Amino acid sequence: MSEFLQQLLNGLSLGAIYALIALGYTMVYGVLRFINFAHSDVFMVGAFIGYYVGRLLPEGTLWGGLIVFIVAMLGCALLGVTIERLAYRRLRGSPTLNVLITAIGVSLLLEYSGQVFFGAAPRTFPAIIPVKNFNLGGLVISTNQLAVIVVTALLVLALQFIVYRTKMGTAMRAVSLNPKAAQLVGVNIDVVISFTFALGSALAAAGGILYALNYPSIDPLMGVMPGLKAFVAAILGGIGNIPGAALGGLVLGTVETFVNGSQWSTYKDAIAFAILIIILLFRPAGLLGKFTVEKV
Amino acid sequence: MTLASLLVRPLSLVVACALVASSSFATDEGPIKIGHYGSLTGKDAAFGVATRKGVLLAIEELNAKGGVLGRQLEYVVEDIQSKQGESATAVKKLISRQKVAVVIGANASANSLEAAPICQNAKIPMMAISSTAPKVTEIGNYIFRICFIDPFQGAVLAKFAHDSLHAKRVALLTSNNSPYSVGLSNVFRARFKALGGEIVAEQKYVEGDKDFRAQLTAIRAAKPDVIAATGFYTEAALICIQARSLGLDVPVIGGDGWEAPQLVELGGQAVEGTYYSTYFSADNNAPEVMDFVERYQKRWNNEKPEGVSALGYDAVYLIVDAMKKIGTTDGPKLRDAIAATKDFPGVTGRTTLDAHRNSEKAAVMLVVKNGRTEFFQSVTP
Amino acid sequence: MPKPHLALVLAVLAALGISHFSDRIDPYHLDVLIGIGINIILAVSLNLVNGYTGQFSLGHAGFMSVGAYGSAAVSMNLATRLLGDEGGTATQQFTLFLGALLVGGTCAALAGLLVGVPSLRLKGDYLALVTLGFGEIIRVVFQNVEFLGGALGLNGIPAYTTIFWVLSFVALTIFVVYCLVNSTYGRGFLATRDDEIASEAVGLNTTRYKIVAFVIGAFFAGIAGGLYGHFKLTITPTGFDFTKSIEIVVMVILGGMGNTLGVVLAAILLTLLPEVLRPVAEYRMVIYSFLLIVLMLARPQGLFNFRMPFGKKGSTS
Repeated sequence: MSEFLQQLLNGLSLGAIYALIALGYTMVYGVLRFINFAHSDVFMVGAFIGYYVGRLLPEGTLWGGLIVFIVAMLGCALLGVTIERLAYRRLRGSPTLNVLITAIGVSLLLEYSGQVFFGAAPRTFPAIIPVKNFNLGGLVISTNQLAVIVVTALLVLALQFIVYRTKMGTAMRAVSLNPKAAQLVGVNIDVVISFTFALGSALAAAGGILYALNYPSIDPLMGVMPGLKAFVAAILGGIGNIPGAALGGLVLGTVETFVNGSQWSTYKDAIAFAILIIILLFRPAGLLGKFTVEKV
Repeated sequence: MTLASLLVRPLSLVVACALVASSSFATDEGPIKIGHYGSLTGKDAAFGVATRKGVLLAIEELNAKGGVLGRQLEYVVEDIQSKQGESATAVKKLISRQKVAVVIGANASANSLEAAPICQNAKIPMMAISSTAPKVTEIGNYIFRICFIDPFQGAVLAKFAHDSLHAKRVALLTSNNSPYSVGLSNVFRARFKALGGEIVAEQKYVEGDKDFRAQLTAIRAAKPDVIAATGFYTEAALICIQARSLGLDVPVIGGDGWEAPQLVELGGQAVEGTYYSTYFSADNNAPEVMDFVERYQKRWNNEKPEGVSALGYDAVYLIVDAMKKIGTTDGPKLRDAIAATKDFPGVTGRTTLDAHRNSEKAAVMLVVKNGRTEFFQSVTP
Repeated sequence: MPKPHLALVLAVLAALGISHFSDRIDPYHLDVLIGIGINIILAVSLNLVNGYTGQFSLGHAGFMSVGAYGSAAVSMNLATRLLGDEGGTATQQFTLFLGALLVGGTCAALAGLLVGVPSLRLKGDYLALVTLGFGEIIRVVFQNVEFLGGALGLNGIPAYTTIFWVLSFVALTIFVVYCLVNSTYGRGFLATRDDEIASEAVGLNTTRYKIVAFVIGAFFAGIAGGLYGHFKLTITPTGFDFTKSIEIVVMVILGGMGNTLGVVLAAILLTLLPEVLRPVAEYRMVIYSFLLIVLMLARPQGLFNFRMPFGKKGSTS
């Protein structure tokens, strides 16, 4: 039983990281109707910003950790807005395939530039928050895992608040429902889209740092697999749906962890994709999404 | 018959001769080219760069003493960028464009397996550095290796776990997409069982994985005395960190894939007290080793030589030794001379190339203590 | 291209001629040529799916791997049994290799059918992701099948690929795709791409066209995989991951989706570029990805496409 509980805990903490990244995907898709492939690389940049800033600060302090988070989130928000401005804005209205390809291009650019600037060899992420392991009768949880769960929960709540209780959030929802109509009632589309990207990228940065805390080896290609899996999580939960992304992340993380601990651990990557295919074929709206009919 | 048609025959004969002459492999004048292929960039760069330093040191020393057979040695390297599929191209370039006399490399068995058929077909001797999978030299009689093979290393680890760590129950953690790790695990399993031990848990992962908590939780439930992680250092370090955080405080052991400075840098406190097998220890107080370490440190900014650096160094000297014995760099003759090497005095120990073109030499166990690797004991199975 | 059948025969003869002189060519250059040929087959076959039929597939490398493993399994297991230790005569090797390639291609085609039937109900981004997912699943499956070498892959594949084989199949692939698309039947592909709903409305079975394109594309990808396997002599599952799929997609986009000549030129350019940029190999991929972005922003119809930009305008609102 304690093994089961431990695996469940492992799954939840992995799932929380997927959830954080999935939130960014789902928001951008909700507002812009396209998959931002570069999101996983913003996640990677967040981890690297955290690496460089974390090395300047003393290790293992709570306030130090907070500073790292804030700097990385701000930095990535800026990055996200820049990418949108330079690469995606001009393609609004183009066939989605073109934007998709551009997104792939941006993703590759970030990855390979990262390899040039940071070197492809993995680096050790500093321990920016105090590390302790709590043992609750056989169940072990570390402060890093705790941080993941707490931060993710806080950010999901914060996101729900922003989207449903602020003016900007209402504007975001309006644009996601009908951009032209939103413009007609005076919403500044450019600002809303930039804000969406900034928010999503900040979440990716937080995810990157939490990931790096738990798996301290970071390299420029670290975002590829988590990004793909987080995307599957977003679709699983219902793309465009915020609680859905969180749920999808948790479910995927848990399933993957149990597979990883079984004798079929080498199939764990395939599991994520199998889930993707099954969901898209049988319930494309995802667990919490609504099925919308595509009109001619 | 026109003038042109009169000239065509002899002219084409001349052209053909010129082409044939220019396509011969090693030349008999000018520098002797020693080719090296390895990862100088990318995630495996730690191994390739360290090997390069050893190889270069040897070449520079030999050139300072007047070269070999009256000719200077020239070092030619191709970076395989830690990528699959690059070794074949790199080696083809070395052989056909650079016309090297011999090829040194690679570190990982996967890369050597790719390049070996090419060297074999071209009849250029290849000396693998740290590829321990037996299959590498089975590809052909032009393929050699300067390190021991996994059947030997696995036996060493099994004996160490059983005799020195007094383990009866071992959990095995294998990197499923590395020929090296899979092979090493297979041998370890067989040998440890033969010594009367029990493999209480077996888990797998793939290179690049970051999260091993699932596997370690399953291992924890099996209550092992020792964990054997037969993959490479990046994952090994993370495994140790996560094992410790899960409360698994048993010794963790591994093979030569663990050897890199990043093991301690990444693993920190978690890798203290772990052991791994390798071919060389810089702490060895044999005079030739201490001498080598001193020269290496002088050349390379006070860095201590890695196991692969020492192997690269020995590889060059062994090959040159063979060249001197037969007085030529001709492919087939050189192959025979290398194959006949007996008791070559290398810094990694006295080396004899056996009938399968593998090196017979002793292995050492290193322990991580106080943030550095130290010699623990020498093992022969 | 007038009289394509004649062109095909001439091309095969030319391939024969070139291979006759192949020992005069620097082996390194020969290898690059073979690499170019394999990439052309991959790009042209993907172009049928992505360019001419408008289905964005990101899993092409998966079909390539099925072909590579299929043909290698055949040739490795049958070579010593049928041809003996000497390797057999040239004719025997010829037939064995042809057989192995066809088996590989057919397996890939079957995989294409398996992937195509469920996926082709989806559109745009979703189709891209599902094909990517299938490509990854194929990779993971190969990593776990011990009889095909598992994660270590297959080693010691007989070196049957020569410039003759590669060039002949390049000619064949271009021939098939060209004839298919320019036939009356082939108009269906273009119609499916241009406006699926309208095509269905006039009675075209767009699903059937999509599946046919997928299967044929997969078949040739499988052939390319077989040629690749018998060229590199070693294949591993990670060599066929989605990075490889994206490389092929970039060739198709650079060439201009639905422009065979452009795609061929793009394949040549993008195979030569890494070799030429080898001294600055670190920056190669950075330049590559940067070019991709610039291309989509400035010239979405492709570098070598001199026709109208493809696709509907203003499809999101």
